[in-house]
Formats: sequence, structure tokens, C-alpha cells
Amino acid sequence: MTLETTTIGALAIILIMALVTLATRWGGMFVMSFIPISYRVQQFISAMSGSVLVALLAPLALEGDLGARLALLATAVVMLTVKKPLPAIAAGILVAALVRQLAA
Amino acid sequence: MTAHTNRNTPPKGGTELHDFGYQDVWLGFRQLVPLSLFVTLFGLAFGLAATQTGLDGAETVMMSALVFAGASQFAALELWGPQVAIVPLTITVFAINARHLLMGASLYPWLRHLPPAKRYGVMLVASDANWALAMQAFARGKPGIGLLLGGGIALWVFWVLGTLLGLYFGKAIQDPVRFGLDMVMGCFLLAMVVGGPKSPRIFIIWTLAASASLLAYRYLPENSHVVVGALAGGALGALWMEQPHDP
Repeated sequence: MTLETTTIGALAIILIMALVTLATRWGGMFVMSFIPISYRVQQFISAMSGSVLVALLAPLALEGDLGARLALLATAVVMLTVKKPLPAIAAGILVAALVRQLAA
Repeated sequence: MTAHTNRNTPPKGGTELHDFGYQDVWLGFRQLVPLSLFVTLFGLAFGLAATQTGLDGAETVMMSALVFAGASQFAALELWGPQVAIVPLTITVFAINARHLLMGASLYPWLRHLPPAKRYGVMLVASDANWALAMQAFARGKPGIGLLLGGGIALWVFWVLGTLLGLYFGKAIQDPVRFGLDMVMGCFLLAMVVGGPKSPRIFIIWTLAASASLLAYRYLPENSHVVVGALAGGALGALWMEQPHDP
């Protein structure tokens, strides 16, 4: 099934994308409303929430270019020492930019 | 581990972690404004890319305003043409955004105390950065829903603003990667991970999550790695539970 990207078609495509995304924003909470929050479920949720970020970052950290990997390293080091997110993020971006300028 | 464990004890001073007022929302907004400035640059890049793909200005801005999920929007541009196949597009958008399902589920222990309209309203602007901010607040025993909403509003406003600017000034920043701008979100999320609570148990859970994610990244269908890694970590957490430390 395809849609032509005429004005109406493009609008329909954007609405489909919006609805699919909205379903992901609402769906997890909706499903959870049928599940009793036992201690085990709490433990699942709390372990999963950190794991979402780790799973998002792992391919970037291991399969990204040198700039990406050193940027994450810089962020982690600054965050562990200074314990403030903004300097940590700034250090990461700076490192990525420098490494890529030098490599280019 | 989470402050939610203590939900059976009466709240002190009448404040509970799911409560929020304008001040909390404003605090969340301000906390994410610095990050949102970078989000504007991404919006700019998206506006430019969409224009180059053949979307007109109204369509481009509407997509950013209604979808509000950058990675899936860039992916949609890859599938864009004179005709767009709906099923591949739907699967791609769903797979990239499926992590929202887990975010919603992870927030449920707090959101469930809110009336449905508020609960679903707040989740309209749920996104990686403001969700991470809220979860970090909860982990420290501080209220997080206001941060989620305020931070989400900041991200949304600057994302749409950036998209709009990209229609006109997109050429000013053609190569965001060269300036490290693609790393903004990754570095922010890592800062949230590193700044969160740590224990040997959590490290082992994260190691499993990372390994599962990498395996899925290499061997399973595209965009499945976040969900696979997160579920693996969550499953280990459910099997290997912390000792309840309620008195």
C-alpha cells in the first residue's frame, strides 16, 4: 500500500507517523495499568529504565567513529569528576568536533 | 532503590513524588533549555533535509510539531519519494520509537496516581532527555513529573523552532556531524546514566543490557537493539531482586 505525496497524501503520511508515535508514548503506560505493581515488577521497571539508556548508547560507544567514542569517554570522565551534566556534555561535543576536524 | 518503594508510608509535608505544580514545570523547562539550544540545531538540520527531500514548509513544520521524534523523522525522509509505502514507514517509525513504550511503563508507578487526562497529557511530550531527567529525579527521591512536562515543552518548542529556522537558514549548518552536534543527545544521556545511582548489581544489569543491545544491533532487524537490550536488563533485574530495604 502506498500513498502519493500530494498535499493530502503527505498530510496523511504525517498523521500516520504522528499516531504511531503517540501509540508508543501512551502504550507502555496503558499496558502497565493492567499489571499489578508488585515488588518484582518494580524491580523490573527500575532495572529496565537504566538499561534503555545503556542499550541506546552501547552501539554508539562500540561501533561509532573515533570522535563519537572519545566524546562519550570525555563525557563519562568529566561527569564522574565534576558531577555536573553541562560541563560533561560540553566536553563530549568539543572532543568530537576536535577529533573530527583533525581526522578530516 | 527508588523512592517509590516507600509509597505505603504517609507522605511528609503533603508532597508526593508524582505531584507537580507550575514551579516544577518551569524548573524542568529551565533545566533543559541549554540542551534544547542544541536541539534547535538538529531541528535546523531536519528542516534543511526535509526541504531537500521535497517536503514543503508547512509539511515539514507539521511533522516536527506532531511527531516530535527526531530520529524517526529523519528515517521517514529516507523512505520519502513521489510515493511512500505505508507499511515499511509504519514499521520503521514504530521500531525507532518503541523505546517510548518502555519509558511510559517505567514512569507508570508515579503516573498512576494522576487522573488519566493529566497522565496521558504529560506523556504527549515524553522524549529521551526529559524522561531521563525525570527518572534521575525519582531515583534521588525528588518529584519528576513536572520536570518531564517542563523539559518536554522546552524540547518541543526548540525542536519546532529549529525546524522552522531550517527552512530558511538550513544551509548555515550543513554538516552538524563535523561539529560534533550529533553527539549532544548521546552525551546528555550518558551523563544521566553516569550521574545516576550505581551498585555492583546495576553494573551487571547494564553489562547484560549493553551486550544484548550489541548482539541485536548486529544480528537482529534494524532498530530493535534498544528494546532488546532494555528488556534483557529489566528481566535480569526482575530475576535478581534487591533485598527490600523497607524497615
